[in-house]
Amino acid sequence: MKNLLLIAYLDLKESIRAKWFVVYSLVFGGLIALFFIAGVTESQVMGFSGLSRLLLMYIQITIVILPIFILITTVRSISGDRDSHVLEYMLSFPISLKQYYWGKVIGRFITVFLPVFFAMVIAVVYGALKGAAIPWSIFFLYTGLLFAMSSAFLGIAFFISSFVKSSEVALGLSFFIWIFLLAFIDIALISLMMQERMSSGLIIFISLINPMEIFRVAAISLFDPQLTVMGPVAFYILDSMSQTVFVLVSIGYPLMLGLMFAFLGYKIFEKKDLV
Amino acid sequence: MIKVTNLTKKFGSNVSLDNINCEFKKNESIALMGANGAGKTTLVRSIMGYYHPNSGEVLINGFNPIKNRLDVLDHISFVPQLPPPIKLSIHELMEYIEVSAKVDKELIKHYANEMKLDINANINKSFFKLSGGMKQKLLIAISLAKKSNIIIYDEPTANLDPKARDDFYRLLKQNEEDKVLLFVTHRLEEVRDLVNRQIYMDLGKIVSDERF
Ligand SMILES: Nc1ncnc2c1ncn2[C@@H]1O[C@H](COP(=O)(O)OP(=O)(O)O)[C@@H](O)[C@H]1O
Ligand SMILES: [Mg+2]
Repeated sequence: MKNLLLIAYLDLKESIRAKWFVVYSLVFGGLIALFFIAGVTESQVMGFSGLSRLLLMYIQITIVILPIFILITTVRSISGDRDSHVLEYMLSFPISLKQYYWGKVIGRFITVFLPVFFAMVIAVVYGALKGAAIPWSIFFLYTGLLFAMSSAFLGIAFFISSFVKSSEVALGLSFFIWIFLLAFIDIALISLMMQERMSSGLIIFISLINPMEIFRVAAISLFDPQLTVMGPVAFYILDSMSQTVFVLVSIGYPLMLGLMFAFLGYKIFEKKDLV
Repeated sequence: MIKVTNLTKKFGSNVSLDNINCEFKKNESIALMGANGAGKTTLVRSIMGYYHPNSGEVLINGFNPIKNRLDVLDHISFVPQLPPPIKLSIHELMEYIEVSAKVDKELIKHYANEMKLDINANINKSFFKLSGGMKQKLLIAISLAKKSNIIIYDEPTANLDPKARDDFYRLLKQNEEDKVLLFVTHRLEEVRDLVNRQIYMDLGKIVSDERF
């Protein structure tokens, strides 16, 4: 336990000094600043108002860019240390592979989760100071979604980093996974739907295996289902499942997915040569 | 203390260790020699438990270094062939070692001092920003401060100036009692006074093994 925390703590310190972390924090902090400058909280469009609208825009953009950020910064964490022989030295001390690997996962998780979370906190605090009502239910749901999203993509990134050899392949894989989840699945499903060979229930189920789709639907699940922005998938799901159940699934499933991939990554890490 | 039995390690079709058998006992100081690519580093890494062998096994005090990592590594000090680009600061690296291996930081500083490396002046510098020789000195200081009864050095003097080498051999001489010292080197004349056994490897096999 002591070693696990030690490794998480040192990885955190190391990451915070890294250039990518500065860029990462600036992007999400800057996003919030931009919303305020643009006066998003003051506009009254389509039934959303004030902070809710700002948070919704924030989460919708975050769903798109957070995964690729996490993937490209983490996808070489283990394999990079193996290739540069950092593992060879660091693991010459009595630290178990389990503590080392999970310590790295925890350290990285804190590094990627805290900036996106704090950006949202800053938005809420700043909005409250300007007199806006704080939409607590949305705030808590989005905190859960950010948590689940970070864990899902961090797990995938650690999984890849446990076996991939070159940085080029690692980056290529990251972009492929991102684009695939972001767009290709939807396009494929739409074309299937056009052919009308599958039941809509099945199509919805398949689309919900995709964590990115889950986040998209969950992000708007607290709003009025009559809203036109919702789209057919979201409408169907929220119509057929209770809101509470769906919210739990939308946080629990990506979390499990992340843990499962991280665990597979650990199994590979354990089985492979360390140098 | 170290027993290697029928150990074979291949990388693809390349046989790096070919059915190696050897045993290292207390109070033995071994110079492990051989041309580049002979398999010295592969043998050292197998002893450390980094490689999963294709066949055969390594036992250290009766423990398997892969299955019983912690029991084995508790007793080993290791300096690799090349200092890796660790991004932690010296302070953080020492903290890592103090917590994980219970090595006293002050003792590391003491040995660093003996090696003419001023740790306090570099304490917040990233390890990889030190010069090659400074890195090597720090790793050596750590290996001595760890007080292990197995000390493994994979060509540790490559980046050291002659003065630093003398310091290093002097410290090692004071610390080799009741231990196993495994020393990969190309310069036997330098370690002559230090070692009492010489093993020569070629193409993954031990081709000569002499005691003196
Ligand atoms: N990780 C590895 N992957 C592929 N081949 C390797 C690896 N490590 C060592 N080898 C090969 O094993 C042989 C022995 O290497 P090594 O043990 O490093 O030699 P030495 O330390 O005696 O110079 C060499 O032919 C080397 O190319
Ligand atoms: Mg070598």
